[in-house]
Amino acid sequence: MRASGASHGVAEESVRIGVYICHCGTNIAGTIDVYALTQYCGTLPGVAVAREYKYMCSDPGQELIRQDIRDHKLDRIVVAACSPHLHDKTFRNAVALADLNPYYFHMVNLREHDSWVHVDKLAALEKAMDLVRAAVRRVRWHVPLERRQVPIHSEVLVVGGGIAGIDAALTMANAGKHVYLVEREPTIGGHMAQFDKTFPTLDCAACILTPKMTAVKGHKNITLWTYSDVQQVEGYVGNYEVKVRRRPRYVIEDLCVGCMECIQACVFKQGKTFDEFNLGLSKRKPIYIPFPQAVPPVVVIDREACIEFKSGKCKKTCVEVCAERNAIDFQQQEEIRDIRVGAIILATGFEVFDATRIPYYGYGLYPNVYTSLEIERLVNASGPTGGEVVLRDGRKPETVGIAHCIGSRDSHTNKYCSRVCCMYSLKLAHLIKEKTGAEVYNFYIDMRAAGKAFEEFYNHVAEEGINFIRGKLADVYPEGNGGGRLILKAEDTLLGMIRKIPVDMLVLSAGLEPQADANEVRRLFNIGCSADGFFLERHPKLAPVNTFADGIYIAGCCQGPKDIPDTVAQSGAAAAQALALIDAGVVELEPNTAYVVAEACSGCKTCIPLCPYSAISYLDEKKAQINEVLCKGCGTCVAACPSGSIRQNLFEDQEIYAEIEGILTYA
Amino acid sequence: MPEGFEPKIVAFFCNWCTYLAADLAGTSRIKYAPNTRVVRVMCSGRVDPQFILDAFAKGADGVLIGGCHPGDCHYQEGNYKALRRFVLLKRLAKQMGLEDERLRLEWISAAEGERVKTVINDMVEKVRALGPRVPARRKEVA
Repeated sequence: MRASGASHGVAEESVRIGVYICHCGTNIAGTIDVYALTQYCGTLPGVAVAREYKYMCSDPGQELIRQDIRDHKLDRIVVAACSPHLHDKTFRNAVALADLNPYYFHMVNLREHDSWVHVDKLAALEKAMDLVRAAVRRVRWHVPLERRQVPIHSEVLVVGGGIAGIDAALTMANAGKHVYLVEREPTIGGHMAQFDKTFPTLDCAACILTPKMTAVKGHKNITLWTYSDVQQVEGYVGNYEVKVRRRPRYVIEDLCVGCMECIQACVFKQGKTFDEFNLGLSKRKPIYIPFPQAVPPVVVIDREACIEFKSGKCKKTCVEVCAERNAIDFQQQEEIRDIRVGAIILATGFEVFDATRIPYYGYGLYPNVYTSLEIERLVNASGPTGGEVVLRDGRKPETVGIAHCIGSRDSHTNKYCSRVCCMYSLKLAHLIKEKTGAEVYNFYIDMRAAGKAFEEFYNHVAEEGINFIRGKLADVYPEGNGGGRLILKAEDTLLGMIRKIPVDMLVLSAGLEPQADANEVRRLFNIGCSADGFFLERHPKLAPVNTFADGIYIAGCCQGPKDIPDTVAQSGAAAAQALALIDAGVVELEPNTAYVVAEACSGCKTCIPLCPYSAISYLDEKKAQINEVLCKGCGTCVAACPSGSIRQNLFEDQEIYAEIEGILTYA
Repeated sequence: MPEGFEPKIVAFFCNWCTYLAADLAGTSRIKYAPNTRVVRVMCSGRVDPQFILDAFAKGADGVLIGGCHPGDCHYQEGNYKALRRFVLLKRLAKQMGLEDERLRLEWISAAEGERVKTVINDMVEKVRALGPRVPARRKEVA
């Protein structure tokens, strides 16, 4: 918003500019001669004060600016330091504290765009001079602007019902905010619900997770929508309009009490369908509940497998047995729910690396090669074997190999470390040995046990007699004698020799990957992904749960691989950020909106179809008008306007021309 | 060509993708040629063709526009608008005798710090081979 009385298109002649060059310790000063730069800046027209300081962002640094504004009557400020993405706000606030409009300010990126990326000191200094000169010319044209204030809706949307989403939802609901928790599976719980015990304390995952799941279901401030997904997101921070699709589960959620008699009654006496929750290690019926403690405890009908949907000729024994409650509804349709929320937390989790992508490990080829998640289900007392670790033919394994780093730390698949595999491999080694007494061999590259009580757990497992071979598993092939065992071949880099170990069972410690649709999800919410495909945080250290879309936060493994404690810590942080936003009641939006200078508008309507937010309307008097609340400040209409009558605050044509001129003037 | 000629390239980078990619190149300490000067705009769609012509008129040896990958625009489709204008301007620029390598549009996402380096180094090399664009600068360098 333009401050009242602000004019446009005029560069003030009599400005008094203060230029501040930051050393950033040696980050900038190590490459750029800051003293020469400061001296040069002092000679530029309009510059009243030019100073350098070790850390401009520090309190004394900011005070320096404030003092100069008072003492030297400065009315424009240029700070040449780091990226404006880091400290633009810091310095604007400093300027505002000295009673100068915060938009009489411009920042020059000397660190990320200059000193950190160039080695030639002279060239770096020359570039710095160009950039500061451009800013000094630009800032003359600045006009006072005011941030727009808009109210914030107090409801919050959490996407993903794993431990991250559950924890974030509960935290905010406990703070009195209404939370919509959307999960695409029929139940919440996520991957954690599939785990048996958790490292390093070996407490059972279900014992710590299911009370939280039940708390979600019973919380008066949480609207839980499972079997649902987000279809559309519009609006902006504090005012997001979201469309959520509720897929039909063919069971009326309010009527079903989760007695599961319908499952018993199904005409299929045995399950014949791939059981997603047990990763296909068991079969389920067309009417099913993912696992006994599922939340909500409501059955689902899989229309791909159900005879009634296929032929319409089923006896519908499920309906008969549910006659009293009449919860089954084959006519159920999908529903779209429109909600309005102030903040969104994305906790969409991860996917386990698909081990068939590395064919030489034999997953999918040899029946006794398992992924680690499958073993989680096997060791789990409520799993398909009731907690018995047995091979596919029912035998107990006597020797087990565990291969680390499957799909992690590998230039052919994923370069990153998945962070949890070393520890869960140790845990599985312990559980397998405990349950079967088998000889267990771990093949590892490095043992990464960084975390509270992790190293101790490693020592504990090693003392139990688990074998550790430092070397990446190189090959897997069946034993020649037809005994059904697999030979694991690896170089033991500590012994300096090739080892071949026959095992009954091979466990592949598969890494964590972004969800297959992470790209679509990030586009839906207008956020970014880092090079590894996980959602990109605003700052890796100082804004780890924020994104570049204000009001949208990320938590858990959708941001990168992490264990349960880190996930919960992050979901708490995301909830705190969302609460801080909402409790402020209003949000200040950057004033970089576009506006029409009505006298100059020819009414050509070029701009109207260009606006992705439909912020431009056409008035009766044949002029375009921009709704400042809807405008997000991209400036596309500004660039397109043939008469130059659309302008953009903070990115005025004259400001950019001045910048170009500053860069290219050899003064 | 004058000896020791170093081209000066004006770069218009969008706030959300390419500017952040350049930030990432910085935090990753990736080294590249010091010939570009970045003007930050909110979206590549804000880049008025007149900015580009103005930069050339004022002596730029090259102009680079950086935006989000197609489909990834922070403002949904500003980069498509940029592309549309770019194609037209490119045709016009050719008629005015501007060499192809001097004007470039690149999609660089916030995760592609390495690509900032490859694009800038490649462009600088090509423009350096072409020599200065403005006779006045030719004289000055000589």
